Amino acid sequence: MTSYMWTWIAIVGAAVAMWLVKSVGHRVPEHALENPRLVRIAALVTVSLLLGLAAVQTFASGQSLQVDARAPALAVAGVLLWRRAPFIVVVVAAAAVAAGLRALGWA
Amino acid sequence: MTRLGPRRFNAARQQALSVSLATGAYAISFGALSVAAGLDLWQTVALSLLVFSGGSQFAFVGVVGAGGHPAVAFATSTFLGLRNGFYGVALAPIVRPWRGPRAWWGTQLTIDESTAVAIAQPENDLEARRTGFWWTGVGIYILWNAITVVGALLGERVGDPTTWGLDAAAGAAFLGLVWPRLTDRRALVTALGAVAVALALTPVTPAGIPLMVAAFVAVIAGWPTPRSRATASAGDRQPAAPSASDGGTP
Repeated sequence: MTSYMWTWIAIVGAAVAMWLVKSVGHRVPEHALENPRLVRIAALVTVSLLLGLAAVQTFASGQSLQVDARAPALAVAGVLLWRRAPFIVVVVAAAAVAAGLRALGWA
Repeated sequence: MTRLGPRRFNAARQQALSVSLATGAYAISFGALSVAAGLDLWQTVALSLLVFSGGSQFAFVGVVGAGGHPAVAFATSTFLGLRNGFYGVALAPIVRPWRGPRAWWGTQLTIDESTAVAIAQPENDLEARRTGFWWTGVGIYILWNAITVVGALLGERVGDPTTWGLDAAAGAAFLGLVWPRLTDRRALVTALGAVAVALALTPVTPAGIPLMVAAFVAVIAGWPTPRSRATASAGDRQPAAPSASDGGTP
């Protein structure tokens, strides 16, 4: 079999596997959702995964940790959120800070 | 509906649209990288349509581009996407009941961003949470796939999205979306612990492991029953005051 075909097989396999992974959480039975412990853990895991993702997206560069234009951008986002700025302002400001620092060659 | 109802409903849509635009724009980079890695247009399009999980797609073409066997690309992509399996539990009370095509699509749209916008809405506003999930999921699905094609066709002529600060925008968006859930002390401490663990493990473990361990930290932290009355809602409590996620109407 050619490597082109193997790539197609891997794509279809990755699609099926991903769909099954995504469906796992949705298959929790209704009565289990009445368990306060499960509800509590689901909320904590979700918040932890999303904040962890934000941290990794900000400080990871491949396998290494790096402080560059992304860190001040996230800090500005944090201050704006604390000052109750609108969501869109927070996102645009973070992008502008990172883009600006890079354009100036500072990070 | 209370006076706050329509405003929050709008906040969900606003957030959905801004997250869709910021995330969708990143697909131009995916399309270009995928073609550069040696996949053809149809394979690139198939990855975005069928796998539909950004980090996993980048990893897939990264392995192929580095000369790895497609089986390794499959394994890496799947492993990086395991966190999507957790989201359905938090989403279940929001999206159920669903069956048929709605369940099929909802499953495919269960990703970081749609989950984040859903849980960013007030806990007592199920309508806003549901709107957040579907608008973000569908919005990203349309833009991500359309822009993947553009990136694949432009190839190397596509610039680097970090020039526009899109990488920083993604982190800021996730921070903004979980912000209203961090008013609970237990959630805040747990999330900070998870962040510390994820960052500490990044240099020493393969990609994907740090966030899985972070999730495990949250499971341990959530296991003991709180002594206070906040039994069912720790980590998912309504913020005391209007916050940034309310969409910015002063």
